Formats: sequence, C-alpha cells, structure tokens
Amino acid sequence: MSVTPAPAADEPYLRVRDLRVQFPTEDGLVRAVDGVSFSVRRGQTLGIVGESGSGKSVTSMSILGLHNAARTKISGEISIGGRDIVGMDDEKIREMRGQDMAMVFQDPLSALHPYYKVGVQIAEAYKVHHPQASKAEANKRAVEMLDRVGIPQPERRAKQYPHEFSGGMRQRAMIAMALVNDPALLIADEPTTALDVTVQAQILDLLEDLQREFNSAIIVITHDLGVVAQIADDVLVMYAGRAIETGSVEQVMRSPQHPYTWGLLASVPSLHGDAEIDLVPIKGNPPSLINLPTGCAFNPRCRYAGLNGNRSFVEVPELRPAGQDGHHVACHLSGADRRRIYLEDIAHAGVAQ
Amino acid sequence: MTDLVDAAAGSAAAPVADREPLLKVENLTKYFPVRSGAFGAHAVVRAVDGVSFEVRPGETLGLVGESGCGKTTTGRMLVRLLEPSGGKIIFEGRDITRAKGRKLRALRQDMQIIFQDPYASLNPRHTVGRIVAMPLQVNGINPPGGVKKRVQELLETVGLNPEHYNRYPHEFSGGQRQRIGIARALALNPKIIIADEPVSALDVSIQAQVINLLRQLQRDLDLAFVFIAHDLAIVRHFCERVAVMYLGKIVEIGTRAQIYENPAHPYTRALLSAVPDVTKLGPAGRIKLEGDVPSPINPPSGCVFRTRCWKAQEKCATEVPPLTIKPNGSVAACHFPEQGELF
Repeated sequence: MSVTPAPAADEPYLRVRDLRVQFPTEDGLVRAVDGVSFSVRRGQTLGIVGESGSGKSVTSMSILGLHNAARTKISGEISIGGRDIVGMDDEKIREMRGQDMAMVFQDPLSALHPYYKVGVQIAEAYKVHHPQASKAEANKRAVEMLDRVGIPQPERRAKQYPHEFSGGMRQRAMIAMALVNDPALLIADEPTTALDVTVQAQILDLLEDLQREFNSAIIVITHDLGVVAQIADDVLVMYAGRAIETGSVEQVMRSPQHPYTWGLLASVPSLHGDAEIDLVPIKGNPPSLINLPTGCAFNPRCRYAGLNGNRSFVEVPELRPAGQDGHHVACHLSGADRRRIYLEDIAHAGVAQ
Repeated sequence: MTDLVDAAAGSAAAPVADREPLLKVENLTKYFPVRSGAFGAHAVVRAVDGVSFEVRPGETLGLVGESGCGKTTTGRMLVRLLEPSGGKIIFEGRDITRAKGRKLRALRQDMQIIFQDPYASLNPRHTVGRIVAMPLQVNGINPPGGVKKRVQELLETVGLNPEHYNRYPHEFSGGQRQRIGIARALALNPKIIIADEPVSALDVSIQAQVINLLRQLQRDLDLAFVFIAHDLAIVRHFCERVAVMYLGKIVEIGTRAQIYENPAHPYTRALLSAVPDVTKLGPAGRIKLEGDVPSPINPPSGCVFRTRCWKAQEKCATEVPPLTIKPNGSVAACHFPEQGELF
C-alpha cells in the first residue's frame, strides 16, 4: 500500500486490485469478473482482450461505476487518480464520470440520442461539469471538439442529428463527447468493431493522436488482436472473468505463454505467410459463468490440460511471473513445457507464424 | 471487358482453368429506387453497377469490400433472392437471370447460400432435423435410407452430434448454429455455395473452427464458393481468387498472390494497409484514406474512387477507367495503377 494519499507523477492513474463483480440471478450467481488486477499510467494504453462473456465489458462498466448497486456485488479496489470508487456514493461517482474517466461505446448509433442535435449533446456533457458555463460557451466548446476529432465543417455538423452522420463520423462525435471534459482516463469498448477497416484505421490514429496531446490513460477493449498490436503498450488477456495473461504487447504477442493466448493467435488468419496452412482453432465453446469448470476454467478447451498431473482439474491457477519482467501467466504448465509446445504446435499457424 | 476478365480468370486459376465456368456473371446491376429531397424526387441507389466475374467448378472466389459496396446484394442476386435490374447470370451455360417457379427451384438444388447471422437464419420453432430436412422436403427428394438418415449424415459431416436431431436452435451456440446452416446448405449436394459473411458474427476462437470446416468441405466435395466477407485476412485464407468491390463496382480481380502481394488498384492497397496486423507492433505506416465512401445515389463521375484517391488526376474525373490487365497480372479499373510489392 502506498503511504501518500495523492499519487505521485509516476503512480498509475488507474489501479484495479482483486476486482470481483457478481450478479445474483435466478439460475445462480454469475461471477462475471473474478479477481482481476491491473493498472494504467497516464500516456499509456492497456488492451484488454477476450471473447464474449470473458468479463471485459463488465470490468469497464465497473470502472465507470455504471453497475446498479442493488443488483450487483462488487468487491476489490478501483482507484482512479487516488480515489477508490468501489462503494462510493452514486452522486460522487457522477461528479467524476466524464471529468476523470469517460467512455467511448461500441455502437455510436445507440449511444447517441437520436432526438437531439450532436452539438447539443456534446454541449450538455460539458455543462454537467461546468455549470457556470453559458450556453454559448458550451456550444463553442462542442464545435471545437468536433473540429479536434477531425469532423469537417464542425459548425454545420454540430447542428445535425446523429442519423445524418456516417458510422465513422458518429464514432468521432462519441470521442468528442468523451473528451469534452478532458478526462485523464478514457475507456474505449470495442471502439472500431462496427466500422469498416479504412475508417477503423482513421479512428485508431485519432485515438493515438489525442493520447499524445492530452496524455490520457487509455483502455481499449477488443477481441481484435490486430488492434491491440497496433495501439496497446500493455495487454491483459481475460478468460471466464479472470486475467490469464498480462504483459507488455511484445511479451504477449511475441512470446505468448498461455494456451488460450496461443489459441487466439493460431486461430486468426494472417495477411502474410502461407495461406494454405490450416488454422488451429480452440475446441469447444466459452464456459457458462454460472457453472465454471473446476480448476482452470480453460481446461475443457485446453489441449495440454493434464500434462501436469491433475492440477488443471482441481486447482485454479494463479497469475505467476512467466520469465521476463512484467510478464505474468496463470497456467499450470511448466516454463519448459510452454516453450516446447509453443515451438512445436503454435509458432507456424495463423498470425503466430 | 468480359473477355479480359475471362482471360485473367484463366491465368489466375491454372489448375481449374480447363474446366468450363460453372457460374458466369455479366454486367450485373441492381438499382433500388429511393425518394430523396424535399419534394420526394425519385432517385436510384446504384447498389451493384455492372459487375462481371466467373467461378469455375471447385473454385473459391472472394468478394471483399467495405459496407455498402454491393457485395451482399451481388450474393443475393446470384441465388435469386433479389431480382437483378440488368445483366446476366449464367449457370452451367444456361441463362438463369429470369428463371421462375419450378426451374428456379431446380436451380437452387445446385446453388445454396449460407447467411451471416446464425440467430436470424434458423426458424426457432423448428427442430434441427426439420430445418436441415427442409430443402429435401421442398424439392420432394426422398434420399436412399430415408430423410432422417440423410439429415443425421449431414449433421455428422458438419461436426454436430447426429443425436441432436430433435433439438431446437436456441439449444446451440453461435458456432453450432452456423454449422446447422451449413448442413442445410449441403443437403441437396449443391455445386456452388454463396457464403455471405459466414463467420463474422462468431467469436474469434469459433471463427477458425467454422473456416476449417468450410475449407475441408470445399476440398472433399469439390464445391465452388463465392465467399463474401469484409475481413481481408479470412478471405486470403479461404479464396484462390479475390474480387475487390467499391461503390457497386469491381475495381480489381485477381489471384490471391496478385491481390495480396502486388495489387494494382490504389483502393486495394489502401484497404490492405488499413488492416491492423498482429505481425506488426506499434503504429503502422499506413495509406490513409480521407473521408467516407461517397453516396451510391450520386456516385462521383469517372472513377468512383477518385474522391479518396491520392493519385487522382483530371482524367479520373472525366473518364471511367475500364477493367484491363495490369502489369501484376490482375484485372483492375485504374488509369494510374500501382506497381511493386506491397510489403
């Protein structure tokens, strides 16, 4: 624990420790996030990778304090700029939301209000945190932001409705709205999944430019390993609500250690290499979060479960150092086994080649 | 123009070049009428605007492009789910553009489609057995050994448990449902399958399972495929030949090697360089395209790509570039084609 309450300059802006998010349902307790820890400094980008149901979006909603307290059990620590928001009063979180942390959603058409002009919506977001600002000031600020995110003719565009914007323009408007109060932490949940590749490239470039300009901490949540490779500094791979591998982007992409990460890399086709080689898919389906497999949650889909006695079936693996500094993996395989299997089975397939 | 496409198709797919084309599309168009403007003036969306290509037996052709480029509309016209506004579709030498009734039904035995959304394309009230048996039933086919036996064979072929015959679609995951859709498409032993974004609704780890299945079926059954997708890496993995579409037109068509290693059309280059690639860490040196795809109601004059092209000159605004064979061997519509290896 740090002794000083206010974080020093090199302290991470966001620190999540042992986060657990559970939803009681009629069918049983859904453990959507089960003991995840990570941190992000200002100017850094963390990529969170996982499939549907891995808990990546639930994690981001917790950081924004968007879960309904009556229906959700949250424990652990989410420290944003030195303040822990777990259990914090709704009103206080609302004061922070937008100003300290903001979110860019996947689908801008459903995240923008269809009934209000785009400029009005951005100005409203500004006025929430600047109640003394006049309407004219807020509108001016909205137009500035639209200009900053690369929307041509921002004055005219601010007076249009979301349906008059193309998909890429809407996502730019979403980013403008998220950044209008200069938040230090920006969470982008699948920000480019709904977009075409050429527009995706524009949005990713924009996020990088804005990060350089505002020195923000960014979390990008995605299932696309290519997006992670391009913009992330650090990577967190999630499976069934747990972190199974973390490290720098080089470590995780170039010397992945967990069989699930291998599976992701070997099952995505590449633009390079031999196109005739078959992909190596991960067998089976992601597990139900109500009824997780005992031991390692990945064991029913893992081709190497059982190489280490029956530990995979009885013991939940903890994140442990995986060789290089800062690289951690939650797997029962020994380091030697992992190196051997990676070279023999994985290194030639999909984007891993 | 078609001759050139034929010539390139021949050089592009050497192993199957001696076989007659199974499917030939000539100058296919689809215009949708829309109302626009304050007084409801009539206008048309040129969704598909003069597309020509051919597919030989056992060949895989990929149709790629961004949303709104007309790839799905083209696929739907091929199986006649949409009526073409103009042009010709020739299947095994017969013009099927206006086929109706019994003739169309017979045709669909040879041509099947796999849809993008495995949640919307299966009837939730029917059992899997009934869904997969439907094509047999509609065509009055009684396979040797009975319908049930055939359906169970099909389920086994696509990697599902034949005992799940009596289950309903909601009992299956997305990947399994897509397998049911594939089993249904295979029921009549088609010669060609139109696959419209067959894996884009699935999780990454499941995509590879379905892609491997489709590749195996393609090899084992010598099926021809028109594979429609926006994911360029998946198309590269699955298709021998690739056609790149932009605003309702094919801008470049060629072999996998021509398109992915040495493309001639600036748009193909821009599209490929925009794909975030795991093999490159950090910001990539990309070709940046400005703005969005123009409206297909009012496409630019001359070359449709000129408004976003960094090489555009006066000629591009006045003259529509014809599809011609370029130095790399592909067929592309560009006045100033690119040359040299892409990566």
